[in-house]
Amino acid sequence: MSNIVLKTEGLTKHYGGVHALENADFELLEGEHVAIVGDNGAGKSTFVRQITGVETRTRGKISFDGREVEFAGPLDAREAGMECVFQNLALADDLDVPSNLFLGREKIRFNLGPFSVLDRRAMRQATEEGLKRTGVKIPNLDNPIRNMSGGQRQCVAIARSASFARKLIIMDEPTAALGVQETAQVEEIIRTLKAQNIPLILVSHNLRQVFDLVDRIVVFRRGHIVASLKREETDGNDIVSYITGVKTQNEAAAYI
Amino acid sequence: MASPAQGAGNRKPDSARRSRAPEWNVFLALVVMVVVFEVLNRLNGTSFLFNMRHNLDAVFNQQRIAIILLQVAVTGIIALGVTQVIIIGGIDLSSGSVVGMVAMVTMSFAQTLTVNGNPNPKGYWDYETMKYMYDLPVIVPIVVSLALGLVAGMINGALIAYNRIPPFIATLGMMVSARGVSTWYTNGDPISFPSVAYGQLSNGDLLGQLTFGLIHWEGQNPALIFGALAVLFHLIMTYTLYGKHSYAIGSNEAAARMSGINVNRHKVMVYAIAGMLAGVAALLLTSKNLTAQSGMGMGYELDAIAMAVIGGVSLSGGRGSIVGTVLGALIFSVIISGFTSIRLGAYYQDMVKGVIIVGAVALDQWRQRRSADRI
Repeated sequence: MSNIVLKTEGLTKHYGGVHALENADFELLEGEHVAIVGDNGAGKSTFVRQITGVETRTRGKISFDGREVEFAGPLDAREAGMECVFQNLALADDLDVPSNLFLGREKIRFNLGPFSVLDRRAMRQATEEGLKRTGVKIPNLDNPIRNMSGGQRQCVAIARSASFARKLIIMDEPTAALGVQETAQVEEIIRTLKAQNIPLILVSHNLRQVFDLVDRIVVFRRGHIVASLKREETDGNDIVSYITGVKTQNEAAAYI
Repeated sequence: MASPAQGAGNRKPDSARRSRAPEWNVFLALVVMVVVFEVLNRLNGTSFLFNMRHNLDAVFNQQRIAIILLQVAVTGIIALGVTQVIIIGGIDLSSGSVVGMVAMVTMSFAQTLTVNGNPNPKGYWDYETMKYMYDLPVIVPIVVSLALGLVAGMINGALIAYNRIPPFIATLGMMVSARGVSTWYTNGDPISFPSVAYGQLSNGDLLGQLTFGLIHWEGQNPALIFGALAVLFHLIMTYTLYGKHSYAIGSNEAAARMSGINVNRHKVMVYAIAGMLAGVAALLLTSKNLTAQSGMGMGYELDAIAMAVIGGVSLSGGRGSIVGTVLGALIFSVIISGFTSIRLGAYYQDMVKGVIIVGAVALDQWRQRRSADRI
């Protein structure tokens, strides 16, 4: 029996009168890749924002890595070993790839407080290794991110998370803005993560992608988790029935 | 990773496509500028850079070069700070007024008690009861100038970082208030007659002292200090955490915050350093002129911003360098000296200066669009 990496119980988020997320019970096992699907406004991104500490939940419990956690912000989550690739890429356009990868956790040669001297060679080397490990190909690491295509930028963002995530990676629509070939590259990275046994939560609209990549699919509808399905035991039509509310596993959500 | 539709196979590798450092263009502009003024001078039978007197004691027109460097030094030092502020996506309109304020206060700590045997006619402190405020060791005004500049900068930074006041407004407020302080300090009277040691700060021969008399460069201390500070801040911006975080904040503040950079603290630090550099400028300026006036430094903030912008520092933050600003400052100074050398009136100088500032930014925009198109 694998260990549970992430577990939420009764996770709820209200924005004023809007009940964006209601009593979400969710579990993620070690090494497991889970997709979160659902219509727009189903609560997928809200769910991610509560887990990563970007927002403060209304109520409910979150356990991560065997401990109950109360992240004050994404930084706390990151320090706990949880990395998130957000929809809006958190990259600094004018910096090159190594600088972006190590932003906020630079390698230092001499410690002089704020004026510490950077160890640029070590960061470059670690970047090359990190990119190789995740299977990301970037032709010139010294180019500012600004000069890169959307796919390359997304790869940098993912590589950044992948090189530091020790326990969990969350990706919120990582391929939403990408072309076919770039999407394929991102999917390749996700397979590499699977091979390394790093757990992943993938928020996606793309059912083809979901069936290609993950072990389990969790369906959100109107703020409720309405289904948790093993990939082998379901198909596209089945998922769509859950997304649209034709079917449900969640009695509490059946009346909405 | 380019898609085949873009013809990845035909394109040169990224390393070859990568455009030259923008500083090269600024350097080129500087060279062109010097050549143009040289040609214009030759048409009048004079020279911009070379010694035309045939006694041949020197190849170059040393006097002109000295003026160019000295002219650039004080505003250039301010521009070093302003560059950092602009790189983090801010702006500093207060530096000129901070120079005026620091000049007045610092000078009051640098005066001599007697001038030609008489009480200092411009003495700030009471001659009878506060004699101890005169003839202080030169370190006192130095510390006062740095500290006062630092405090002014920290106030700017704190207003911007912790009170979310837009940099333009916060530093505009400081600009007006600091000028008020410098006028209030003496009701508008100048303060003069500093100690000999204070005058030596700018007019002495620091290079001679540092090299034990090997090389002399009398009266060029401001240029020397500008050079040293430029090198120091170039290294800091290129090789340290401070520099990296500055570019990151200017480039994407939200990302910097998300990455765990203490953005607020960093902003205060950057504005504080800019303020301190304005203090250094005030120190050198008053030492050079042996007097302080409440109007000192007026307009310097705009000159400093112009130097940075000509040097390729982007007002939207994240892009630019100390090297660029130094070259921009040299261009600025060459323009002024050049116009004087061809006897163009001051009014015309200002008109053309304005055109050059806008032209530099227009050129930069065009360059950026072109490089964006190539992706």
